[in-house]
Amino acid sequence: MKVSKTYPLKLNVNGEWKKAEVTPRETLLHVMRERLSHTEVKEGCGKGDCGACAVLLDGKPVNACLTLALQADGQRVVTLKGIGTPDKPHPLQESFIKKGAIQCGFCSAGMIVTAKGLLDKNPKPSREEIGKAISGNLCRCTGYKKIIEAIEEAALKLRRTKNDRR
Amino acid sequence: MEYIRPQNLKEILHLMKQWKKKATLIAGGTNVIPDLRARAIRPEVLIDISQLKGLSYIKEDKKKIHIGALTTVSELASSKIIQKWAPLLSEAANQLGNPLVRNRATIAGNLADGSPAADTAVPLLALEAIIVIQGGKEKQVPIHQFFVGPNQTVLKRDEMIKEVIVPKCNPNAKTAYFKLGLRNSMAVSVVSIAVLMEMEKTFCKKARIGCGAVAPKPIRAYRIEEMLENHELTERLLRACCETIGKEISPISDIRASKEYRTEMASVLLKRVMKRVTQ
Repeated sequence: MKVSKTYPLKLNVNGEWKKAEVTPRETLLHVMRERLSHTEVKEGCGKGDCGACAVLLDGKPVNACLTLALQADGQRVVTLKGIGTPDKPHPLQESFIKKGAIQCGFCSAGMIVTAKGLLDKNPKPSREEIGKAISGNLCRCTGYKKIIEAIEEAALKLRRTKNDRR
Repeated sequence: MEYIRPQNLKEILHLMKQWKKKATLIAGGTNVIPDLRARAIRPEVLIDISQLKGLSYIKEDKKKIHIGALTTVSELASSKIIQKWAPLLSEAANQLGNPLVRNRATIAGNLADGSPAADTAVPLLALEAIIVIQGGKEKQVPIHQFFVGPNQTVLKRDEMIKEVIVPKCNPNAKTAYFKLGLRNSMAVSVVSIAVLMEMEKTFCKKARIGCGAVAPKPIRAYRIEEMLENHELTERLLRACCETIGKEISPISDIRASKEYRTEMASVLLKRVMKRVTQ
């Protein structure tokens, strides 16, 4: 069997530089999960239809399964863990729990990453804009209503804390 | 498989010439990566142009918009220049794939893939865009001559799209894009229609119509354009256009829809776009 050549990869994952040797065929999703142990990036369909693997690549939500790892070389990748942790949850994570926007939980990581991408760009999205922003993220449990409510609530909370700081 | 990341246009062209058939260009990767996974393509070398910043731009001059090959579909959708001077393109860009895909997919990738359902091709046909192709030398191809057949374009192995030029729309022109998919997001078109009309009250001065997923390639509906142009728009004429569109197209039956359904829906969609542009 032909052995595929490997290439050095440098990624900034959640603020920390990580290195790996990867083949051109490996997707960002595969490298995140199998080589860098970032299993919070979920594999759903593996072909860009479900959004479970969403990460922020240079601030924009993208499907990690539709990006080759080498294409992300030298760039910033933010995963769910980079947004918040159990000790220090992000308002999005808090409101997802509070609103019951998580049922089986498989879509939540990608959903929250996509929502973060939206709120960074648009701090006051309408329900319609939220629906549109998450239209690449499939959820088979909640029917989206609670997810949209959770994102709306988190946006409100973020705007309030921002105003308080002023 | 080897992987090369050229630093500029000259290097890309040199590599394509050197590797020819053995190479695949990858930009956004939203088409290439699924093809690689499915082993539908087996390149010996991947030429990754995704990080070339110089090919990602939207500029305007007096009469035209210049869109760099690597401009993402999200950028097309949100660009103020395109929203102002070619709203048809931003409207269609907003319906391609889903938001995560749009953040990666590029205009040149969508066109070079040559899908008969390409979401950017249909409005660009109605807008009479010009594709700037860079190979040994630069050439300009009007978009209606760019597509050859299913997933086939005039691009040769050592050529790439460098830029897409879109003539600015007359501010009085009315445009609309309708896409019928099996769902609202992440859908490949079953039928899509883009219309550009310049009207003087009820008199049609100019009509351009692009259609997707109803022929081996994205097409212009020339016969309908002729029926409309320089004519008084009446209910009767519009009805005649909707009846004629079936003869302009040659859809196939596939996993998404039958050819009969597509023919029927082309007529329905034409009626809806015409209603929107004439109101």
